[in-house]
Amino acid sequence: MQALLKTKTGINGLDEITVGGIPQGRTTLVCGGPGCGKTLLSMEFIVKGAMMYNEPGVFIAFEEKTEELTTNVASLGFDLQKLQKAKKLRLDYVHIDRDEIEETGEYDLDGLFIRLEHAIDSIGAKRVVLDTIENLFSGLSNQAILRAELRRLFHWLNEKGVTAIVTGEQGEGKLTRNGLEEYVSDCVILLDHRVINQISTRRLRVVKYRGSVHGTNEYPFLIDENGISVLPVTSVKLERKVSAERISTGIPSLDEMVGGKGFYRGSSILISGTAGTGKTSIAAYFANETCKRNEKCIFFAFEESPAQIIRNMKSIGLNLNPHMKKGLLHFHSARPALYGLEMHLAGIYKLVKEVKPSVVVLDPITNLVTIGLLHEVNSMLMRLIDFLQSENITVVLTALTSVMDQKIDEGVSSLVDAWISVKDLESNGERNRAVYVMKSRGMKHSNQVREFVISDRGVQLIEIFVGAGGIVVGSERDAEMRRKAGEGENEEQFRNEQARRRQTDSSVNGTKKAGKKTNKNNHGQKR
Amino acid sequence: MVRKDKKWELRLYVAGKTPKSVTALKNLQRYCEEHLKGQYRIEVIDLLLQPQLAEGDQIFAIPTLVRKVPEPIRKIIGDLSNEEKVLVGLNIRPVIMK
Repeated sequence: MQALLKTKTGINGLDEITVGGIPQGRTTLVCGGPGCGKTLLSMEFIVKGAMMYNEPGVFIAFEEKTEELTTNVASLGFDLQKLQKAKKLRLDYVHIDRDEIEETGEYDLDGLFIRLEHAIDSIGAKRVVLDTIENLFSGLSNQAILRAELRRLFHWLNEKGVTAIVTGEQGEGKLTRNGLEEYVSDCVILLDHRVINQISTRRLRVVKYRGSVHGTNEYPFLIDENGISVLPVTSVKLERKVSAERISTGIPSLDEMVGGKGFYRGSSILISGTAGTGKTSIAAYFANETCKRNEKCIFFAFEESPAQIIRNMKSIGLNLNPHMKKGLLHFHSARPALYGLEMHLAGIYKLVKEVKPSVVVLDPITNLVTIGLLHEVNSMLMRLIDFLQSENITVVLTALTSVMDQKIDEGVSSLVDAWISVKDLESNGERNRAVYVMKSRGMKHSNQVREFVISDRGVQLIEIFVGAGGIVVGSERDAEMRRKAGEGENEEQFRNEQARRRQTDSSVNGTKKAGKKTNKNNHGQKR
Repeated sequence: MVRKDKKWELRLYVAGKTPKSVTALKNLQRYCEEHLKGQYRIEVIDLLLQPQLAEGDQIFAIPTLVRKVPEPIRKIIGDLSNEEKVLVGLNIRPVIMK
């Protein structure tokens, strides 16, 4: 038995969903509401066929004049005139105007058939698009003739052996206004343009595909300067290559906490913490380190603009500019509310495919909750992490916790391989940061809390000082260190330095138990 | 103003000698003889022989009668079995009335 032959559409992602394309030599119905991208999808099918698969195509337009069509798709980089000259494409505009036409007695649509056949034969077309054939219904009143003729047309197209797409306007409660789905039974693709919470997302679904497996979900798709991209990011199979290679976070002391070598390549790392705990800084360090290794990194910022991040990182001694100039570091800033969750996913997916980075940073994922329900965000992240890991891309996610009541953490934490938590410690009128590794799959990691210091010289983790009353941080720890340094020879120098750095003098409580670590360039508060 | 020498240039598109086409042509000739004697010219175009001509006059149904002159262009599709409709469509009636 012969399996169903398929024709590749050449549209990003669609061939994956349909497992190889649309049925060869048959007719596929593409339907959807106004402005959902039917014409574009079918045009891309023709153009890609002509350009990539050497299959000439005929495009019969019932709605737009050929000049209009040519202009409209020029913005997507489709040069229809050139293709026409090269005899790869034939455009024909069928104009139906009810005012011009009088009907009397029996007729058939042989005229259309002849035009179509002439067009097909003149360039040896393998692909045909009729966009949208439903215009016939508004132009002609004899429905009985029309329906019989349409049936004949689809049959004729099959016999002709061309792979065809017909488009249809979505009707109420039906796939198409005039029930085209009755005639096209092999493959039906539904496009949708939905607005939820004022955010619009385009989606595509293969409603039916006789004789073939296909993805059944709704897939978001993008229309941009490269045409249509559908995003089949749904594989949730837990099969992927894993790497034993470790990559540094750029913060040696953080690497130290996870066995001194950093995290696995291709793993996912979550950095969670309350506002202002330095999540972005850690992520930026990671990005910086990636670029230093001459690898590419994409930084998706949902809160700040690239300029803001670069400026802010400069203040802690991190210069990201050279990496950007070299094309290693890519920033992509977008307000979450700019478009829907699926579109964000689509955008990320697309950029990742283009840039092929080795590290992706998402900062912060919690902002996405403003545009979607929690479970939607979690499912999106799952798909995203899955996709990135299948490409062996390391992903760094930051999450703001207090706002979210740690809920997102719970959802995401099972997805990620490593989880770093940054916490505020408040004592003695000071707010200090502490960092610990919540989990780190497959590697030894420190169980210690470390003090996390951000200064104009960068980010540092300092081993916790344990005083008499327990952990001491901030100026208290400074004092502790000063006291310890006082036992040494350069007490004077240390004191001067302290005075210069600190505005407020802290109450030295003079506990005798000293910390073990001597850290040379350690500071108190940030900035 | 009605001029006796006013011309009707009619074009009938057919696809082979199908019953519908034959009926249409017969009907058309009859109406023209009755109402436009000596003032008309009928051109029959068989799209099976000249498919490239279908595009120019925007033909999709067969048979289609196109009134090229007098302007504006009018199209009547079908076998032209309804005389009333054809005459209205061709704008013949008012002329005859006057």
